[in-house]
Amino acid sequence: MSIKIRDKQSISQSRERFRAYKDIAARYAIGAGGLAVIGAVLLMMAFFFLQVAPLFVSATFERVTTYEHPSHGASLLMAMDEYRDTALRVTASGQVIFFKAETGAIVQEQRLPIPDHVTITSHQVMSDADGDVLFGLSDGSMLIARYGFMISYTDGKRQVTPKLSFPFEDKPVMISEGNALTAVSGRTSGEAILLSAFAKGSDALVLRRFEKKQQMFSDETTLEELATVHLAVKITPRWLMIDGMLDWMYAVDEKGNATVVSLRDAENPSVYSEVSFLGDNVQGARRLTSVSFLLGETSLLLGEASGQITQWFPVRDAKNSYDFMPVRSFHEQQAAIVQMGSEQRRKGFVVADAHGEVGIYHATAHRTLAVESLSHVALVNMALAPRANAVLAEDASGTMHLWAVDNEHPEISYEVLWNKVWYEGYAEPAFIWQSSSSNSDFEPKFSLMPLAFGTLKAAFYAMLVAIPIALMAAMYAGFFMAPAMRQSVKPVVELLEALPTVIIGFLAGLWLAPFLEKNLPGFFIFLFLLPLVVFVFGYIWSRLPDAVRVKIPHGWEAALLVPVVLVTLFLVGLLGHPVENAFFGGDMPTWLTNVAGIGYDQRNSLVVGIAMGLAVIPIIFSIAEDAIYNVPKHQVNGSLALGATPWQTMVGVVLPTASPGLFSAVMIGFGRAVGETMIVLMATGNTPIMDINVFEGLRTLSANIAVEMPESEVGSTHYRVLFLAALVLFMFTFFFNTLAEVVRQRMLKRYGAL
Amino acid sequence: MLNKWMKEGNHWVWFNAMALTLSLLAVTSLIGLLVFKGMQHFWPKDVAVYSVQDGKGGQVKLIGEQHRTGERLEGDAQAGVSHIPQMLVKVGGREIFGADFKWVDEPAVLATDYPKDMMVIERYEWGNLYGRLVSLTDSDGKKITGDAAQDSFQSLIAQHGSLYEKLVDIQKSKIGSINHSVEGLRLERRRLELKNALTDVDIARLAEERKVLDQKYALLLADMEKLKLLSESLGVAEVEVMGGKVVQLPINKVVAATLPNEMGAFEKVGEFFHKIWEFLSTDPREANTEGGIFPAIFGTVTLVFIMTFVVMPFGVVAAVYLREYAKDGFVVRMVRVSVNNLAGVPSIVYGVFGLGFFVYIVGHGIDQAFYQEALPSPTFGTSGLLWAALTLALLTLPVVIVSTEEGLSRVPRAIREGSLALGATKIETLWRTVLPMASPAIMTGLILAIARAAGEVAPLMLVGVVKLAPSLPIDGNTPYIHLDQKIMHLGFHIHDVGFQSPNIEAAQPLVYATAFLLVLIVISLNISAIAIRNRLRERFKSIDN
Repeated sequence: MSIKIRDKQSISQSRERFRAYKDIAARYAIGAGGLAVIGAVLLMMAFFFLQVAPLFVSATFERVTTYEHPSHGASLLMAMDEYRDTALRVTASGQVIFFKAETGAIVQEQRLPIPDHVTITSHQVMSDADGDVLFGLSDGSMLIARYGFMISYTDGKRQVTPKLSFPFEDKPVMISEGNALTAVSGRTSGEAILLSAFAKGSDALVLRRFEKKQQMFSDETTLEELATVHLAVKITPRWLMIDGMLDWMYAVDEKGNATVVSLRDAENPSVYSEVSFLGDNVQGARRLTSVSFLLGETSLLLGEASGQITQWFPVRDAKNSYDFMPVRSFHEQQAAIVQMGSEQRRKGFVVADAHGEVGIYHATAHRTLAVESLSHVALVNMALAPRANAVLAEDASGTMHLWAVDNEHPEISYEVLWNKVWYEGYAEPAFIWQSSSSNSDFEPKFSLMPLAFGTLKAAFYAMLVAIPIALMAAMYAGFFMAPAMRQSVKPVVELLEALPTVIIGFLAGLWLAPFLEKNLPGFFIFLFLLPLVVFVFGYIWSRLPDAVRVKIPHGWEAALLVPVVLVTLFLVGLLGHPVENAFFGGDMPTWLTNVAGIGYDQRNSLVVGIAMGLAVIPIIFSIAEDAIYNVPKHQVNGSLALGATPWQTMVGVVLPTASPGLFSAVMIGFGRAVGETMIVLMATGNTPIMDINVFEGLRTLSANIAVEMPESEVGSTHYRVLFLAALVLFMFTFFFNTLAEVVRQRMLKRYGAL
Repeated sequence: MLNKWMKEGNHWVWFNAMALTLSLLAVTSLIGLLVFKGMQHFWPKDVAVYSVQDGKGGQVKLIGEQHRTGERLEGDAQAGVSHIPQMLVKVGGREIFGADFKWVDEPAVLATDYPKDMMVIERYEWGNLYGRLVSLTDSDGKKITGDAAQDSFQSLIAQHGSLYEKLVDIQKSKIGSINHSVEGLRLERRRLELKNALTDVDIARLAEERKVLDQKYALLLADMEKLKLLSESLGVAEVEVMGGKVVQLPINKVVAATLPNEMGAFEKVGEFFHKIWEFLSTDPREANTEGGIFPAIFGTVTLVFIMTFVVMPFGVVAAVYLREYAKDGFVVRMVRVSVNNLAGVPSIVYGVFGLGFFVYIVGHGIDQAFYQEALPSPTFGTSGLLWAALTLALLTLPVVIVSTEEGLSRVPRAIREGSLALGATKIETLWRTVLPMASPAIMTGLILAIARAAGEVAPLMLVGVVKLAPSLPIDGNTPYIHLDQKIMHLGFHIHDVGFQSPNIEAAQPLVYATAFLLVLIVISLNISAIAIRNRLRERFKSIDN
C-alpha cells in the first residue's frame, strides 16, 4: 500500500517537475521571441550602416615590394598590366623594358626603331586603353608605339605576355628636320588622328591630321595625311594637350600661360583664346610642373611646384562661347608635382611629388582619399594600374616601389551628396542625380538633393491636401456628428486606409492625370466654389422653418451635403469648358506653358498631392478622430453649460486638449507620405528635377530606389548610394514616428491626470 | 443675422462636415470607378459599323466597339476654340490596320449600325478581330457558307480548344517535368564532380537515366507534333473585316468568336460571367495585355500563405512577451519603439533590406553551402518566393503584434487569476485559457497582415516578383513548392501592365479588372477582420459584465 502511494507521489513529482521545466522553457522561448523584434530592427539598422559605411572610408596604401630598378637610366614613361603582373618603362634613349612588377626581373627588352644617336625628347600617352604612345624625338620626327599585355591561361595559371607594336608605321614621321620636338600630343577619334608637335626654337605649333587606312590584304593600318597646319604661338609650350572630343588643344608653358586652339572646325584649327592658368603670376612665383587629363579627356589637371593641383574645364555660356574655368583644387601635397595619372574607369587620379609622396584624389567628389610617403627621396615617375589598385613609382635614387591601393568608393563625399557640384559640361555647379550612362568615361552624378527635394515636395503637396480635409473631417466625426452616423462613417473612411497604394497610384497615373489635364480650370473652380456653396447652403439651412430643419437633426450635416457637393460638381462640369475657352485659350495646360511660362507635365505634383493626400487622409483622420473623441466629456459639457456654442467649445476646449493627438496624427501621416513609393512612382514622370512648380513632376527617394535598385550592381558605389537613400528614408521616418510616439505618450499622461 | 451665425462659428461646422463628405465621396467614387471600369471589361459590347465622313467628302466604314470617349480642340486662341467630342473605336486587327484603335470625331459619324452577324474574334496573337464570317473551309477542303458556317466555326473552335489544352499540358507539365529531371541529373553529376566522387559507375548510371528521359521526351515531342498538325489542319475561316477585305483565318489562331449583336440580355450575362471565369483561370497572353491573370492570383496566394507561416508564430510570441511576460522597463520600451518603427518604416526600405540581406547575403550563403553544383547560376542567391515572403513577414509583423496584444489585453484578469489559482503554470494558463480566448484577435491580425501583404508592391519589385514567371511556384516536380522561384503578383501586375506595357490602351481594361479584383480581396479581408474584432469586443463586454 505504502509503496503504491510513493509511486504515485514520485510520478506526480516528476510530472510537477516536467510542468515546471515546461514553464521555464516557455518563459525563455517567449522572451527570446520578444527580443528578436528588437533584434530585427537593430539588424536592419546595422545592416544599412554596414552597407553604407564603405562609401566614406578613405583609401589605403600597402607596400608590396621595393627593389632597384633595371638599368638604362630613369624612366620617361611607365605602365602596368591589368593584373599588375608585368610593368613597362621607357627610357630617354628609347629602350622599352618590360619587367615583373613585383621583382623587377626583366621579361623583354627592345629599343624603339629609331636611329642610334636619336633620343626621346617628349612623349604623350594617346590612349591608356589602347596603349598608344606618341614619342617626339631629338631629330625632329615622331613615332607612335603601342604596348600591350596579352593574357593567356595555361592550366588555370595566368600568363602575361608583353608586346610592343607599331599600329601605323614602324618608322618615325618627320615633323621638323633637325629640331628636337619638345612637346607632342596626339589623339584618335574614330578614323581621324590628330598629331601635334612643337619643335625646339620654333614659334609655331605643327598640327597634322591623318586618316587611318586599312590595307587591303593585311590587317595593317597606315596613315594617310589629310592636312598640315602651322599655328603661330607667343609662348614656348612645355605641354600640348588635345582633348578627347578633338574640340580643343591646349598649349601650356611652365608659367601657366596657355594658348587654346579650337579644333572644332577640323579643316581650320585656330587660336581661340589665351588663358593664364596661374593667374597673373608676374613674378613667376608659381610654376606648373605637370599637366594631365582626367578620364574623358575633358578636364585638365594642373600640378604646380607648390604641390597644388587644379582642375580646369571649358564651360559654355549663354552666348555659346566657351570660358576656361578653374573648377576645384587640391593642396594636400607640399612638393612639386612630378607625375599625375588618371584612373581609367573613374574620375579619380593619382599624384606623385618630389617629396616621395603619392596622393589619391577624386575630382568630382573633391576628395583626398589618401596621401602616403612612398620614398624618402623625390619620385620621378609613376604608373597606376588600370584597375587603380596598385601604384608603381620610381624615385630619384633608382628604386622602384610597388604599393597596393585599396580604394573602393572614391566617388562619394558629403559635398557630392548634398552640395552643388560643378560637373563637366555644365555651366555652373548644380544638384543633379544621374547615376548611370552608356559610355564608360561618364561622370556619375550622385546628388541626393533633387531626390530629397522631390520627396519633401510630394509630401508637402500631399499634406496640403490631407491635413485640412483629414483634420476637419476628424473634428466633425469626433465631435459634431451624430453617433449613429459616426458608427457607419468611420469604417468607410478607414477602409480607404486598407486600399493598396498601387491601386491609388494606378488610378492617379492613368485616370486622374489625364482627367485633370482636361479639366484643370474646373478643378480650381471647384476648389473655390465648393466652400462658397456650402457656406450659403449652411446659412440658408439655418434660416429654414423649424418644421423642415427638425427632419434632419444636428449631426447629420455631412449627409445633407452629399447632394450639395454633387450639384456643385455638376455646376463645375458646366462651367469648366466655357471658362477655359474664355480665359485660357481653350486649353489651360498649353496656356500655362506658353503664356504664363509655367511648365506643365501631365503626371505632375498636383496629381501626386491629390492621390497621396487621399492615401494619407485615413491615417491622419483615424488618429485625430480618436484624439478628439477621447476628450473628456465633462470638459465639453462644462464649456457648453457655460454658454459656449459647439464651435466655440471645439476651438476653446476640445482642440487644445486633443492637440498632441492631432500633432501626432500629422507626423505619422507625414512619415507615411515621405516613404510612399507606388503612388509617386506611378503618378509622376519620375524626373529628378528641383522645381517647386506644382505642375511639374518630381522623383522621390523611394521611387528612385524602386526604379534603380534592380539594375544596380551589387557592392558598387551606385548600390551603396541607394542603400544610403534607403537609410535616409529609414532615419527620416524613424525620427517622425518616434516624435509622434513621444507626443502620444505625453498625451496619455495628460489624460491620465484629468 | 448672418453675423451672429458666423460668430457662433456655425459655418465652420459646415466646413467640417464638408471635409467629411468629401472624404466619403472620394472613397465611394474611387471604389465605384473601379467597379464600373473593372466590370466593363467583361461585358460583351456590341460591334458597331460606323459610317464616318472622311476629310475629302467621302465616307468610310469603321467596324469595332466603342472603347472610350474623349474630345479634341479645334481652332486657336484668337478665333475661339471649340471642343469636339471624340470616341476611341477599337477596330482590332493590329497586323492589318497598324493599330488597334482609331479616334473618330463624333459629329463626323453619319450612321451607326449594329449588324447581327458581326463577330468579335479573340485570337492568340495580334488581339481581336472584328468582322463577318463569309465562309469556312473545313479540314476536308469543303467550303461551307451561310448559317451552317457559323455553327461549324464554333464547333471547330471548341475542338481546337481541347487540342490546345492537351498541347499546353504536354508542353508545360510533361515536358517541363522532364526538363526538371534532366537538370537534376546535370546537377547531380556536377555535385559528384565537386566532391571528386564521380565514378564510372555513376557516369554510366546517369547516362542511362538520361537516355530514358530522352526517350520519353522524344515520345512527347512526337505527340506534340501530331497534335500541332491536327490543330493546324482543322480548317480556315474567311472573315470579311473593315474595308471589305477578306482575311483567311486558320482555326488554330482563334480563342473564341462571339456575336454580341445577336445576344439577348441573358446571353450577355452568361458571356459576362464566362469572361470573368476565363479572366480568373487562364494564363496571360500577348505580354500580359490579354488573357487571364491566374498565375498572378496563384503567386499572390502562395506568397501570402508562406508569409503567414513566418509572421504568425513570431508575431504572437512577441505580443505574448510584451503583454504577459515582460516587466515594464527599458527593454519593453525598446521593443515597443521597435514595433512602432517597424510599422512606420516605408515599405521600399524593407525591399532594400530584403534584397541586400536576404538575397545577397543569406541567399548567397545558402548557395555556397548547399547549391554549389548549380553555381554560377544562383538558386537562392537571387530574388525569389522565399525572400519575398520573409520580407513581407517582417513588414507585417507589427500588424500581428498590435492586434494580438489588443486581444490579450481584453482577456479579463479574473480568468488568468482563476487558472493560476487552480494550480496551472503560467504557460498552461496561456495555452489553455488566454490564447484560445484571444484567438479571434490573432485571426484578425493575421487577416489584416494578409490584406496588407496582398496589396504591397514596392518591396516585392526588388525581392522576387516578375512580370512573367515561366512556371507556377507549386507544381508536380519535387520538392513541389519551389521557394527559389520568381512569382507573379496581382499588385505588381497592375503596375507593370498599366505602366510598362507596350500597348497601354489595349491593356487598360484588364488593369482595371485586376485592380478591382485586388480591391475586392483586400476589402473583403479587411471587412472580415473588422467583423471578427467587433464580435470579440462584444464577447468580452459580456464577460466583463
